[in-house]
Amino acid sequence: MSLELVLQYLVAGLTYGTIYAVVGVGFNIIYNATGIINFAQGEFVMLGGMTAVTLHGLVPLPLAIAGAVAVTMVVGALIEVSFIRWLRKPSVLRMVVITIGISIVVREGALLLWGESVRALPYFTGNEVTSLAFAGVHVSPQVLWSLATCLAIVGFLWFFFQHTSVGRQMRACAANRDAAALCGIPTRNLVTLSFVLSAGIGALAGCVVSPITYTSYGIGSGLAIKGFTVAILGGLGNSMAAVGAGFLVGILEAASVSLLPAAYKDAVSVALLLAILFLRPSGIFGSSAVERLRAH
Amino acid sequence: MKKLVLAAAVLGFSALSASAVEKAPLKIGALLAVTGPAAFLGAPEARTLEMLVEELNAKGGIDGRKIQLVVKDTTGSPEKAVSFAKQLIEEEQVFAIIGPATSGETLQIKAIVEEAKALLISCAAAEKIVDPVAAHVFNVAPKDRYAAEMIFRQMKKMGVKKFGLLSSNTGFGTAGKEQVEKGAAAAGLEIAANEVYDKAATDLTAEVTKLKAAGVDAILNWSIEPAQAIVIKNARQIGLTIPIFQSHGFANIQYARTAGAAAEGVMFPASRIVVADALPAKHPQKAVVMAYKSAYEKKYKEDVSTFGGHAWDALQILVRAVQSAGLDREKVRTAIENMKGHVGTAGVFNYSPTDHNGLTIDAFAMLTVKDGKFVMLGE
Repeated sequence: MSLELVLQYLVAGLTYGTIYAVVGVGFNIIYNATGIINFAQGEFVMLGGMTAVTLHGLVPLPLAIAGAVAVTMVVGALIEVSFIRWLRKPSVLRMVVITIGISIVVREGALLLWGESVRALPYFTGNEVTSLAFAGVHVSPQVLWSLATCLAIVGFLWFFFQHTSVGRQMRACAANRDAAALCGIPTRNLVTLSFVLSAGIGALAGCVVSPITYTSYGIGSGLAIKGFTVAILGGLGNSMAAVGAGFLVGILEAASVSLLPAAYKDAVSVALLLAILFLRPSGIFGSSAVERLRAH
Repeated sequence: MKKLVLAAAVLGFSALSASAVEKAPLKIGALLAVTGPAAFLGAPEARTLEMLVEELNAKGGIDGRKIQLVVKDTTGSPEKAVSFAKQLIEEEQVFAIIGPATSGETLQIKAIVEEAKALLISCAAAEKIVDPVAAHVFNVAPKDRYAAEMIFRQMKKMGVKKFGLLSSNTGFGTAGKEQVEKGAAAAGLEIAANEVYDKAATDLTAEVTKLKAAGVDAILNWSIEPAQAIVIKNARQIGLTIPIFQSHGFANIQYARTAGAAAEGVMFPASRIVVADALPAKHPQKAVVMAYKSAYEKKYKEDVSTFGGHAWDALQILVRAVQSAGLDREKVRTAIENMKGHVGTAGVFNYSPTDHNGLTIDAFAMLTVKDGKFVMLGE
């Protein structure tokens, strides 16, 4: 295989990886605040994309994206306030069931609102056939946009959780909610904030990937599965790890396509997930995620 | 509470006796993927049926009976299609079933329908639906084989020697892949790469890179999902400028629109309905396709598609058979089997005991995308 082809496969892997990672990081925020996985995360991604497409009919693209992020954040807050906030001591299992229920409701609502048709935002730069060529290797500018967005989100989250008071409070809240409350941390408001943040990040992800993947009412769960996979692979709660894992899965999938029939692509990523779960249950970039989950 | 039950029973009874005065309605079942990944097939089909039933009922129904349409949303899942098929046959006791929209679902329920001696008019295209012939199963979508032949003809005209085949892991994709594999060698074409992708695929850059590595002269993609728009985008993005062919699954303008600039020049076989306006006035199908197109577009404010046309054809064929044969299911079955020269949106149907599809390769025209619109491919 020529070097050019190897690099082209690498670009394909990078594209997959970016999509997975940008969706995957959204899982970490709610996890960091509550220790649960929000199974409605994919629906935030879908809502962001769909709302932006609708708004784009009325306002320029940057405004449409900002609007979609804002709308989805409000939805995230509403969901938390109406379904989760009033629970006294929600068990992990109960929260999981609730978030799955929410995802179904949101999906059906989107079906009623937008119908079943497939939509997409326009490419941020150029159009469907534009690509940048480096030494015979082609990459769509939208992939670079997604990559940049992904890195910006991770940078923001790292700063937020490590270096702001609210972020630290959120982590305290996940580690031990009772103790955090005793220290005067408004744990309930922080949980609401975590839903707002992850809804916003999901929506942003939905906007940047929509020119690549297209969007429709049902796209959330499919994207969420891969996003969830990379979030687990990297080690829950660690956004940078999710991005690393995203690229690893993406590049492995692309490599598998080059060697095996393409039909095995998903089998390869699931096999990797299983292997990691057996060998390193806390993820490749091993944080103490599993212990944290057990503490609940 | 007791009173309420009683009142409900009385109400129900009176409703029953009121309807007994008129003739009982004719129940027709529809198994369609109204939602889910195949919704772009099932949703226009369901809308078409609703529109047509409304229109027929306004005219007094068939034989003085109103038509009662029972639509079951299979979401494109063969498992659901199976259980809904049983429900329609055993519980609802429908006179006939229209749909399913996808080949995978139709193939799953073919044996069930045949065993129950129910009547099925499928809107899906796979060859296996009518080959081997099942006495009670018909379809109205042109065969995959003809679509493949149309594509091969065009490839040869353009001097293509070897092409790359991509297909999705659905009933439609698999059935199409089989037909292409079967016919390519006879047409003097080599399949240099042959890849299957997941129906929910969101990006196919690696797959098209593999085709590029195989040095193909053209790409043929066979699927019905959004992936068919993603394939052409990714191929152009990695710098492939070779001709791209799609199956008749591409005949939904939505995908040409979502693929935008990448869709330009894509070639595919489709029924004439999608280029209805461009048909010459003396074309035998002109009147039928224009009647359907204008009614549908007026009512639903969206472009007509081949698939809605299949539902239109299925119900019209059924109605015509009932009008000539009455309400005996076996006689209606025989009437469909002997129907000749029925002009539909997909073509002119000539059924026979050995041909439950009724269409020929002439049902297809080769189309291409120009300035975001479907047009006839110039000679």
